[in-house]
Amino acid sequence: MKHIRFFIIFFTLFSLSLHATDGFKKTEEKGDIKSEIKKYIKHHLKDSHSFYLTSFTNDETGKKTYVEIPMPVILYDNGFKFFMSSDFKHGKEVVVDNESFYRMNYDNNKIYKTDSQGSINVSEEGKILNEKPLDFSITKNIATILLVSVLMFFLFTSLAKSYKTNNGVSKGVGRFFEPIILYIRDDIAIPNIGLKKYKNYMSFLLTVFFFVWFLNMLGLTPLGVNVTGNIAVTFSLALLTFLITNLTANKNYWGHIFWMPGVPVLIKIVLAPIEFLGVFIKPFSLLIRLYANIQAGHIVLYSLIGLMFIFKAWIGSSLSFFLAFFIAIIEILVALLQAYIFTMLSALYFGFAVEDHSEAH
Amino acid sequence: MEIPLIVGGGLIVIGVGIGIGQIGKGAMEAIGRQPDASGKIQVAALILAALVEGIGFAALFAL
Repeated sequence: MKHIRFFIIFFTLFSLSLHATDGFKKTEEKGDIKSEIKKYIKHHLKDSHSFYLTSFTNDETGKKTYVEIPMPVILYDNGFKFFMSSDFKHGKEVVVDNESFYRMNYDNNKIYKTDSQGSINVSEEGKILNEKPLDFSITKNIATILLVSVLMFFLFTSLAKSYKTNNGVSKGVGRFFEPIILYIRDDIAIPNIGLKKYKNYMSFLLTVFFFVWFLNMLGLTPLGVNVTGNIAVTFSLALLTFLITNLTANKNYWGHIFWMPGVPVLIKIVLAPIEFLGVFIKPFSLLIRLYANIQAGHIVLYSLIGLMFIFKAWIGSSLSFFLAFFIAIIEILVALLQAYIFTMLSALYFGFAVEDHSEAH
Repeated sequence: MEIPLIVGGGLIVIGVGIGIGQIGKGAMEAIGRQPDASGKIQVAALILAALVEGIGFAALFAL
């Protein structure tokens, strides 16, 4: 039963890969292929209001059909408003709800308030002047986060239960996850935080490791989700690390920041602002690192696939295939590495916060 | 003559490349001297490489 479930998940993922590559080819017909590819990559990196699978153009009528899963749109604009994102018809149509009009701008996937004609006012600098309603929609990223959370919840609770029924021996998928969990405990948490207090932080470290890892790996599937390459997501993860570090810190930690022991008074005064800035720089570097790594990986992969459409010759296709294949394998490593680094550095910061300086120095 | 912005990007990548290369070199030599400590050295090298890389990315995005 369990194996069947996993097979279904993998099959759906790989069958989607056949659809997703299709949408790219259609760009060939339009004029400037380079700017077209640039636009495509930029569009992919942003969050979107629907799960785009594929699109095709009817040769006779010249009409473009999109195959996609619409997502619910939830707006707050003098009361909540619900409708499906398919109503926007890719920004071509205006949605009417209680005498207010909404339109999605296809370039940045944002919803703007507009009039019955759907006019969007653009200032001279290229900024859109229309009013934006508060957007609580279930977008692609949010749907993926929910999916991964549910998956993780059921996976790890069933794993925990299986130890009870099986006399403390792992079985099935637990054989794969047990060494990873033990590695996080024995090689990340205990050496950095210490035997006394590591247990308080294990739940956060494990959650963040698997959350980031799963999302990174999902980003490599042809589903085209880019969750950890979204700065808001990495910001919230880093914010959690920041809050846990500073709220559980003991007096030694604050003492080392504002009044570094063991150095002359003059240096103490110079060090205090630098150390205080460090409190914010540490989580900031966490958020930038994860975001930039995943974002850069996606841009490189897409650009290499785009080579095929620029060269339009056998050399382009073979070059593009081998480079993209090579980078994709490196990206699998990066997905794991970034999850590891995030967990490792979080553990390191927690370790600083709870360090016990019983010996004088 | 105006220097294009992308030259700065090249310089950043050169700097980060040298930095990570030096870390890798140090780690390799350390493992060569102390094969028993390879686990600890690898972890430290990875963290340092991540720190260097983080600065590089921050600079690239500020470009």
